[in-house]
Amino acid sequence: MDIGLLVFLPVVGATASLLSRLKQPGPDHVQNHALVALIAPAICLLLLLSYLPRIQSGEALVYSLSWVPGIGLDLAFRLDGLSWLFATLITGIGCLIIVYARYYFAGKDTAGRFFVLIQLFMTAMLGIVLSENLLFMLVFWELTSLVSFLLIGFTCSSRDARRGARMSLVITGGGGLALLGGILLLGQIVGSYQISDVLAATDTIVSDDRYPLTLSLILLGAFTKSAQAPFHLWLPHAMAAPTPVSAYLHSATMVKAGLFLMARLHPAMGDTELWFSLITITGMITLMVGAFVAMFMHDIKGLLAYSTISHLGLITLLIGMGSEMAMAAALFHLTTHALFKAPLFMMAGIVDQATGSRDMRNINGLWRTMPALMLITVIPAAAMAGLPLMSGYLSKKMLFSESLLVTAPHWANTLIPVWVTIAGLFSVAYSVRIFHNVFFNGKPVDLPHWPPRKKPVGMLVPLFILAAASLLVGLAPQATYNSLIHLAVMATSMTQLPLYDFSALSNARVPAMMSMIAMIGGIVFYLARGPLFAIHRQLPEVDAKNIFEQIMQQCIRFAQSLVYRLENGSLQRYLAFILVAAIAPALWLLGGYSGWQGPSELTEVNPIVVFGAVILCLSAIGVALFHHQRLPALLLLSVTGLFVTLAFAQFSAPDLALTQLSVEVMAVVIMMLALSFLPQTSPRESGAWRVVRDLTLAGLAGMGIALFAYAVLTRPAETISGYFLANSVSGGGGTNVVNVILVDFRGFDTLGEITVLGIAAVAVFAFTRDLHLKERVASAGTAKGFAEPHPVILQMVSRMALPIALLVSAYIFLRGHNMPGGGFIAGLVTAVALTLQYMAGGLLWAQERMLTHFRPLIGAGLLIATITGLGSWLVGYPFLTSAFSHMHWPLIGEFELATALLFDLGVYTTVVGATLLILANLGKLMTVAGPGQEVG
Amino acid sequence: MELVIAITLGVLTSTGVYLILRARTFSVVLGLTLLSHGVNLFLFSMGRLTTASPAVIGLVEDYTDPLPQALVLTAIVISFSMTAFVVVLALKAAVELRSDHVDGEDPNEDRQ
Repeated sequence: MDIGLLVFLPVVGATASLLSRLKQPGPDHVQNHALVALIAPAICLLLLLSYLPRIQSGEALVYSLSWVPGIGLDLAFRLDGLSWLFATLITGIGCLIIVYARYYFAGKDTAGRFFVLIQLFMTAMLGIVLSENLLFMLVFWELTSLVSFLLIGFTCSSRDARRGARMSLVITGGGGLALLGGILLLGQIVGSYQISDVLAATDTIVSDDRYPLTLSLILLGAFTKSAQAPFHLWLPHAMAAPTPVSAYLHSATMVKAGLFLMARLHPAMGDTELWFSLITITGMITLMVGAFVAMFMHDIKGLLAYSTISHLGLITLLIGMGSEMAMAAALFHLTTHALFKAPLFMMAGIVDQATGSRDMRNINGLWRTMPALMLITVIPAAAMAGLPLMSGYLSKKMLFSESLLVTAPHWANTLIPVWVTIAGLFSVAYSVRIFHNVFFNGKPVDLPHWPPRKKPVGMLVPLFILAAASLLVGLAPQATYNSLIHLAVMATSMTQLPLYDFSALSNARVPAMMSMIAMIGGIVFYLARGPLFAIHRQLPEVDAKNIFEQIMQQCIRFAQSLVYRLENGSLQRYLAFILVAAIAPALWLLGGYSGWQGPSELTEVNPIVVFGAVILCLSAIGVALFHHQRLPALLLLSVTGLFVTLAFAQFSAPDLALTQLSVEVMAVVIMMLALSFLPQTSPRESGAWRVVRDLTLAGLAGMGIALFAYAVLTRPAETISGYFLANSVSGGGGTNVVNVILVDFRGFDTLGEITVLGIAAVAVFAFTRDLHLKERVASAGTAKGFAEPHPVILQMVSRMALPIALLVSAYIFLRGHNMPGGGFIAGLVTAVALTLQYMAGGLLWAQERMLTHFRPLIGAGLLIATITGLGSWLVGYPFLTSAFSHMHWPLIGEFELATALLFDLGVYTTVVGATLLILANLGKLMTVAGPGQEVG
Repeated sequence: MELVIAITLGVLTSTGVYLILRARTFSVVLGLTLLSHGVNLFLFSMGRLTTASPAVIGLVEDYTDPLPQALVLTAIVISFSMTAFVVVLALKAAVELRSDHVDGEDPNEDRQ
């Protein structure tokens, strides 16, 4: 069986839960949902147990499937002692949580959602611990953050839940980003993201310059996830989640992900001074902060949350010490902690549901009404306190004895033992408190439900199982360690180790004394709690959530003001930014470049060309200068266009000249039409600064283009056109190379271009369709005195010119393949000729006499062109390309010439259709009454 | 000669850029047209400028580079259709927003 199955089974289970929820919505089927939800985790657990013999034989099972080899991302899983331990905890406790949730959510219709999410979360956790590829693991890492966000905010109607969820997402998600950076660096150092490779490259990693940065980033990810100070703040606020979530995510699993990561990477990155100081100090601070604050919490879940933080700090501290024995203590405590903390959370949930409160100032003396719960809670509470015979006693003693072994650095060898003893004292105090306060300590005060509601006995089953396991670990530590934990410890040190000797531990004097001090001190502390609480009340209260919210609000405000400054809705400003972004790098990179003058000799100055260029420049400058007067500016613009046409004609581009000429006519007509609806002048509203800015940008852009052009023109040309010139006649069957390129060599491009043309025309049609300008036209018309809208002479001349113009366009079309001309130009000429009829006779007059279905015309044109292209498939040639490449077949030479013309016919039809569609629709706006029918 | 061409291209670009930075849609349309003239001529000149040598086989001895010409030919048609589109867009905006300012509102009512 694949290990990958382990990871993806819960996804299947989540889907099943989803279906079961859809099939049986409502609050009455929680039992069925729970049963469905239990299947996948149970199978996973059984699978894991079946792997145990192979794991115990020391095997590391690796399953790998290449996924995105380009970035080193593999779908790879790894099951060794460490991941087995975690995976078993995740699935085992997960099963019990589902059983517990079956009762917790009884009668609530949110149960289905919980079962879906909890299994998704299980997948994410299993993915983290089983991934062999670090990038792959990171995906699951982020997934836990996301699913945990949904689970913390499970009661989404509660503001606290939403804020708590957001806080945890920001902190753990931010840590995830840091982790991403760290893992990418690690991957670069090692050259692979496979954990096997990373673990084998210890020396490379530790000696690399980037090691401190890499380690810091990775630890940032681990610390945020495992709620290490100062990132621990999200964990208490995550207690807004339903208790099964807290029991699962915030005690047993998710918060252990960071510890897992540190343990996993310990062989590769550990055993350095940086590792020791970063992790140990963080762990020490977290241990103390958590233990101290926990003591003063009145909320049961709050106390448990801070106690969890403290225990996480403890494990972190042990991992930081890094010796094999410390690792053994860390993993042993991690296991015992999961076993005692989860039932305590479950107890809190039961008490909460039964009494309606979690405040220990009110909840007292429950032993009378909940004796069974009390009896079960004894064990985990004692384990948390570290009383003798309990699992927690051993793990704490392991910690004490490890703390004594720390020798270097010098600050640590006395500080750490004292420190952990004090923290142990606190933990005894809060453990005693949670047990004594809830079940004894007098009578309950003002509880919402009193006597407490009965909870089903089944709800105690998962508590009982966990408490029993905890007891078992405490009674048989050596067996537990040997069979389950030893392998995990070896995986964190990558060496063969002797077994941890628990008998030696029980004989050790000093740790036993430290335990005694902690125990007695803790009990004394608890007895003296009255005055201590009074002192604590005097301390200023700090609400982390408010501070966090304030910081968040400030971030949002900052981002808003930044966005507002950059993105204030002014298109001119955006455009200026874009231009600056284009010009600035060019200035920066080419600022000092001096090789603009190329090696070629300058050609002789032609006075006619200079004259044309001067007029061109003057008219362009005129447009810019007089753009406030729109009509003169438009006239000057047409002069520019005309001289561009002449430039094309002068420099051996007759096709371009013809095209530009006809386009120029159409464009000016369109702009004239538009101008009749727009104001005739542009106000002078640009401030001096803006004009200077725009002139600078424009000047730089123009200078850049001029320099580039000059640099290119003064260098010898290298062109790929030799091929086209050589093959135009033989391959394309035409002597006008420009046209042959358009309809043959680059026919597909042309097909794309006419499609764009068609789309633009249809878009114009769509825009003008419901545009109502009639009032404007009426007033504009009278004001400008259109007394004679359609002069008779123009009408007569244009009517006479029409057949000639059409004849010319037909001629241009037909000769296009061999002489300047072709579909584009012929289409434009036809369009100009027809436009003249519109202008001379008016829209109504023209429409009565002409074809008005322009959209079908465009479609027909595109269809003709496409079918011509497809036709070449029929004779076994690629689409559109080289329908002429078999020109040398003498028999079908004529046929090929015909297909070129056919394609050009498509171009012609599209151009005519598109141009007239645009024009007729703009013209339609002019008609006061509006033509009776839609044009197009 | 090259210098004359380069300066002309620079002037077309400058005036085009200056006009597209103006606040009124019609000026932007004018600017776009000038800019597309500039771009078309720039592309065209990349094939080097020769006189009296059109790329028609058999007509002359030396041929000019036909490839930029083919590119520019379609570019002219496309820029025409884009001009038409922008003109209609400007019209539509002017009617619906009652202002021909590029931001759709008169600067007096503009945010700071």
